[in-house]
Amino acid sequence: MPLKESIFSELRACLGGEHVLTKPEDTLPYGFDGTAALKQSPGAVVFPADTLQVAECVRIATRHGVPVVSRGSGTGLSGGSVPVTECLVLCLIRMDQVLQVDPANLTLRVQPGVTTLKVDETAALHGLFYPPDPGSMKISTIGGNVAENSGGLRGLKYGVTRDYVMGLEVVLPDGSIARLGNACVKDVAGYSLKDVFIGSEGTLGVITEILLKLLPRPRARKTMLAVFDRMEDAAETVSAIIAEKIIPCTLEFLDQMTVRCVEDFARIGLPVDCGALLLMETDGHPVVVEEEAVRMGDIASRHGAREIRTAADAAEAQQLATARRSAFSALARMRPTTILEDVTVPRSSLAEMVGYIAGIAAKHRLMVGTFGHMGDGNLHPTFLTDERDAEEMERVHQALDEIVEKTLALGGTITGEHGVGLAKKPWLRRQMGDASYELMKTFKRALDPAGIMNPGKIFD
Amino acid sequence: MCLPTCPTYDATRRERNSPRGRISLMRSIADGELEMGEEFAAEMSYCLGCLACQSACPAGVDYARLFETARADIEQQGIRDTPSRIFWRTLVLRVLFMRPRLLRWMGRALHLYQKTGLDRLVRRLGLTRLLPADLRRLEPQTPRIESKFSSDLIAAAEEPATHARCRVALLTGCIQDLAFSSINRDTADVLLANGCSVHTQEWQPCCGSLHAHNGELGMAASLARRMIDLIPPGDYDAIITNAGGCGSHLRHYSTLLAGDHRYADRAKEWDRKVKDIHEWLVDIHPRIPTASPFETETSVTYHDSCHLAHGQKVVSQPRAILKLIPGLRYIELPEASWCCGSAGVYSITQPEQSARLQERKIGHIAGTGALIVATSNPGCHLHIVSGLRAAGINVAVEQPVTLLARAYRREKKPSGSIESTYPS
Repeated sequence: MPLKESIFSELRACLGGEHVLTKPEDTLPYGFDGTAALKQSPGAVVFPADTLQVAECVRIATRHGVPVVSRGSGTGLSGGSVPVTECLVLCLIRMDQVLQVDPANLTLRVQPGVTTLKVDETAALHGLFYPPDPGSMKISTIGGNVAENSGGLRGLKYGVTRDYVMGLEVVLPDGSIARLGNACVKDVAGYSLKDVFIGSEGTLGVITEILLKLLPRPRARKTMLAVFDRMEDAAETVSAIIAEKIIPCTLEFLDQMTVRCVEDFARIGLPVDCGALLLMETDGHPVVVEEEAVRMGDIASRHGAREIRTAADAAEAQQLATARRSAFSALARMRPTTILEDVTVPRSSLAEMVGYIAGIAAKHRLMVGTFGHMGDGNLHPTFLTDERDAEEMERVHQALDEIVEKTLALGGTITGEHGVGLAKKPWLRRQMGDASYELMKTFKRALDPAGIMNPGKIFD
Repeated sequence: MCLPTCPTYDATRRERNSPRGRISLMRSIADGELEMGEEFAAEMSYCLGCLACQSACPAGVDYARLFETARADIEQQGIRDTPSRIFWRTLVLRVLFMRPRLLRWMGRALHLYQKTGLDRLVRRLGLTRLLPADLRRLEPQTPRIESKFSSDLIAAAEEPATHARCRVALLTGCIQDLAFSSINRDTADVLLANGCSVHTQEWQPCCGSLHAHNGELGMAASLARRMIDLIPPGDYDAIITNAGGCGSHLRHYSTLLAGDHRYADRAKEWDRKVKDIHEWLVDIHPRIPTASPFETETSVTYHDSCHLAHGQKVVSQPRAILKLIPGLRYIELPEASWCCGSAGVYSITQPEQSARLQERKIGHIAGTGALIVATSNPGCHLHIVSGLRAAGINVAVEQPVTLLARAYRREKKPSGSIESTYPS
């Protein structure tokens, strides 16, 4: 049922007319996020300017029984911010202020609409560092990162968004405002409620303010590219580096197809004839960085790397990282539809998993490009297909299912950094087991009894 | 990836004003979920067509083509038609820019009008009120028309002093021909100085970029055919263009003529041979001038024309050319490839957004402290000149080839030099 005019006028009264979009030309472009083939038009899109306006919007929606889907820039890759029919999309990009930098406590307080890049740039102004760096960090918002618990290229050494969230301000479905966590490094008072909201994908409330933990900026950094003829050798190298107790900040894997697509876009002279590439980066104390770089180069050579290139300067390192960040989109050059997986396995099983994925692709006659954050076990086998070909899509789904089965058999997880959203829903219960799956739903029912916050995501 | 590069998304932060949003609207229309109407037409008109999104897109989405098709569909359905719009569109696209002789005649008339001071009189008497609103806004930006056009300055065939190492055709453009014919002369001089035999047809039709960008693909195709007939690509090593916007369109004739079996193959060869002047110079290794165009060391910055940088991917070459010039201190312009707001007829159709971008660009130029800003597209050139003038900033706008040509002209005739016919 289309939204009633009365809700529009209440929203306009609260936000001002220009911040309430209802025309189809305005709302249709909010019908999707970065996930392929998922699309649903919202009833209206609103742009609150502060927490009080968010609270008022949520109250209006609750009063009218209208679902609320919050979003930032819409770069999510699991359908977390894809609207539901006739919902209210709460777009938080106007809330883009850095509220406080506190170098004495190494914290940063921001509104959710600040881009991840700006978070790190702001930290850098004070010699500080915000490590999580999702591929889309130039445009993705920190609110979305917290809601999806995003990862990034540096996850291996620095972890994911969760590891940097100290406090949150959230608007609950009844419009009340709660503050969770605080600036204390040690805080064990009661349940860790902020952790319930991190990665909750907008299903429990709306995040309106975030207190982030920062680190000192690493003094040195070294970026290298190891070129392999065989994909398995690259995977073995990763396992060997970890086994030799080196924790670099980045160990990124790109298979041959990904390398070709990325080179086609970036034109930086990647070796397109290789079997796989490893992008390796170490950061920290200059002496340690030098030593680790040498050792990683040796390990790669011992495992069959035919060439090790070292970035000459920061600009070249940046270029390599940018090229890697474009991997997912670059693969989309090949076929009309790109379906990205996000499976993650314990690192000792990497070589086995990479080989398995290649086998599955061959078995089902599918085009699959694999890249990922190998150092943390997070792989992105990417299916290049055409959603209009029903028979091929059937094979894709079969292959995805087998990959997930294998992941779970190896003790892995269905998503390392993208969230469950709509895309991973079918497998969540299988991974969690009944008890913890039901426990999640208990949280949802307790916090959102009317079920208006981003319904249908994570679970039904 | 495209969102942060889009000037209109940056201004409004509304999804429909972004490339991703516009494509989703196009798709909704194709899927029958949305009807093509005034709102969609307005959105396509709001897009600058700067193609920054295309450079940023790892997936290689051909936004230029989608955008042109959408604009063509809008025209076909007559969504924005009003009697006055039809009149002016017909006059400009179907009459003036289809007939090179008429365009040049109009140029002569305009030159006379400006030279006699009649334009100032008309303005003083307030007669510009008689013009339709769009043209009234355009009037102060009307370029000074040169007294001599390209054909007055460039012979049909010119040979370099030394043995010619290649044979090129020179495209003279429309606005470039009327307002910047001296830049065409500079281009010819630079080519001669680098051992190219230069062939310049006297009456060249419009390349069709104006038509393609404004939704008239049929006329664009017929202009492309005329161009290929006039300048058979098989006869030349390269076909040289020096205007970013034209070049971006010129090297896509094969897409435009893909369905035309008589022209498809030649169009492919044409696309391969079309080269921006800077790109071509770098390809053939330009000769380093032995003189400086300046009396004292002069700082120069560079603004990327959107269609040169994003449409043609010619980014490093103009910079490389500038850095060759003795006595020139190069300063990189912040946000060099961010649209200046000129964007074809955008300054007429979207004056507010255009002015915002102009202001931003002028601010960056002033911030560099450079005495000259170089750029390589007549639209950007005019727009930046008018912005600098309005802000009272004393920075000259020049094209990189002009600076290079001046340097060559000031050389003490070493071997391989040229006798310019152009009075410097």
